[in-house]
Amino acid sequence: MKPVFTVTKGMLPVSTSYCPGCTHGVAHRIIMETLAEMGLLGKTIGVAPIGCSVVAHQFMNVDMCEAAHGRAPAVASGIRRVHPERVVFTYQGDGDLASIGMGEIVHAAARGEKFSTFFINNGIYGMTGGQMAPTTLIGQRSTTSVDGRTREQAGMPLRICELLATLDGPAYIERVSLDTPAHIRAAKKAVRKAFEYQLAGKGFTFVELLSTCPTNWGLTPYEAMKRMGSEVAAYYPLGVYKDTGKEAE
Amino acid sequence: MSDKVLMKGNEAFAEAVIRGGVRFYFGYPITPQSEIPEFMSRELPKRGGKFLQAESELGAINMAYGCGAAGGSGFISSSSPGIALMQEGMSFLCGAEVPVTLLNVSRGGPGIGSIQPGQADYNQVTRGGGNGDYRIPVFAPASIQEAVDILYEAPSIADKYRNPVMVLADGLMGQMMEPVILPEEKHAYTSQEIPLAKPWAISGSEKGERSVVKSLRLQPEVLEAHVEHLYEKYAEMEKELERVECVDLEDAEVVFVAFGTMARLAREAMELLEAQGIRAGMIRPISLWPYPYKAFDRISDRTRVVISVELSMGQMLQDINLGVKGRVPVKLIHRVGGMLPTSLEVVEKTKKILEEVR
Repeated sequence: MKPVFTVTKGMLPVSTSYCPGCTHGVAHRIIMETLAEMGLLGKTIGVAPIGCSVVAHQFMNVDMCEAAHGRAPAVASGIRRVHPERVVFTYQGDGDLASIGMGEIVHAAARGEKFSTFFINNGIYGMTGGQMAPTTLIGQRSTTSVDGRTREQAGMPLRICELLATLDGPAYIERVSLDTPAHIRAAKKAVRKAFEYQLAGKGFTFVELLSTCPTNWGLTPYEAMKRMGSEVAAYYPLGVYKDTGKEAE
Repeated sequence: MSDKVLMKGNEAFAEAVIRGGVRFYFGYPITPQSEIPEFMSRELPKRGGKFLQAESELGAINMAYGCGAAGGSGFISSSSPGIALMQEGMSFLCGAEVPVTLLNVSRGGPGIGSIQPGQADYNQVTRGGGNGDYRIPVFAPASIQEAVDILYEAPSIADKYRNPVMVLADGLMGQMMEPVILPEEKHAYTSQEIPLAKPWAISGSEKGERSVVKSLRLQPEVLEAHVEHLYEKYAEMEKELERVECVDLEDAEVVFVAFGTMARLAREAMELLEAQGIRAGMIRPISLWPYPYKAFDRISDRTRVVISVELSMGQMLQDINLGVKGRVPVKLIHRVGGMLPTSLEVVEKTKKILEEVR
């Protein structure tokens, strides 16, 4: 019998430890499937810093290292200097990238570092148990904003794609969502484009993947998907924020 | 080929690590070591290496972590407050067993302190400011030639133990000029050679087994076994890396203990005291960790006092006391804030201390 579906070689044959309904699994799969399809497994180095993503090396079938909280872009910059011919990526959450690691990501992007960053934005600190993140929406409840985030107390959520798009270093910036099959297919295309641009030496590539955290949002996986497609996507509009390849055409 | 040249400390340090195999530099400007990144930005691209000015010391140490994890031979230089910012990274490098060579051209503290020479980083570098059980070998050379020799060897020590190695100089050494013999340049692994030379490194190559570099070990028994493994390595370093110079300990009435530039000053004071009929000797720790405690067993029965000569409020006294074990009094001659004692000042203070203990 001919198999109609096989698990990608990009993922190790183990169960992930992520919560039910969390989209880390989907994000892992589309990134690793893309690398496998492009024949880049065995030519790629990944960096996953603190947060839920710190265990990604247990699931992603490439050479990987952990990074200190927020520092993955610096670590990847160091790796890139040693191995200019490899594919390098970071996989970072929003607490990591948009809060403690803001300095590293902005400067890596401004330098036009030739690696790709996959930014998992679920608007909350997942691993530490649901605290407010710099991306938590106004009104959203968290364990450090129990009545909902207010502008007066915590300021406004950060839009990272928009911020990085003001820089001249990045070659490609897109925000995608993992809430529907159509959006997941579009997300995979964005991931592929990021790697293609990296291989072509175009510069820094950045894909933000809107993600869910049903556990800490206090929602069922289905409700979490619905919220992501409506409330979350309303504040974080999907789309291409920079594409130097297009600009050149 | 070895070359004898007159060089400024900071530039000689940089040249020595390049000859020792370093090809990657990551740093952030800070006085009094900024000649090092300047030198590296000029030299490394010419010699098959790469220079990257980091956005901060946090960036620099983590770039070096990525470089080392990927199998590259990386180098970082900074000064006291910058080294403080890198402490999290050093804990991480030790936990993940990633080699890097570090140079601390230290200055006065606490806080921003001053940009003048200081030795008040003793506790910071020998005790470590990062979290967890870890150790970093620290060498404190007393001349530019000695610094060159140690920095030339440091990348190999780091690689051998897969651990950071630090050289502690001070602003004085960084800024002064001395003639030095530069050793022959070692081979540095190319990115193609790394997968074979360092199979543990994340080189993104199909070499059979996948590499993972990490410090997180969530299961208590796994982390415990890992820390025990690290300490087996540190025990090995204690055996292999201890370095000390003992001068005129026989018949010495006074024994100075001093490292780095203070050892040069103590040496001058020894000669001045000798001229006045007072026999002085010196224990000069070259490795501050592992500390040469056993050297203190060589202190003679005639010794009445051991005096630490330091540019700090006596941070080395704890180690000296562990070496002396209460056999003779231990005293301190110090200046801080970037002030340096003169050798005459050391002589006068020593004579006063001798009156007290006689």
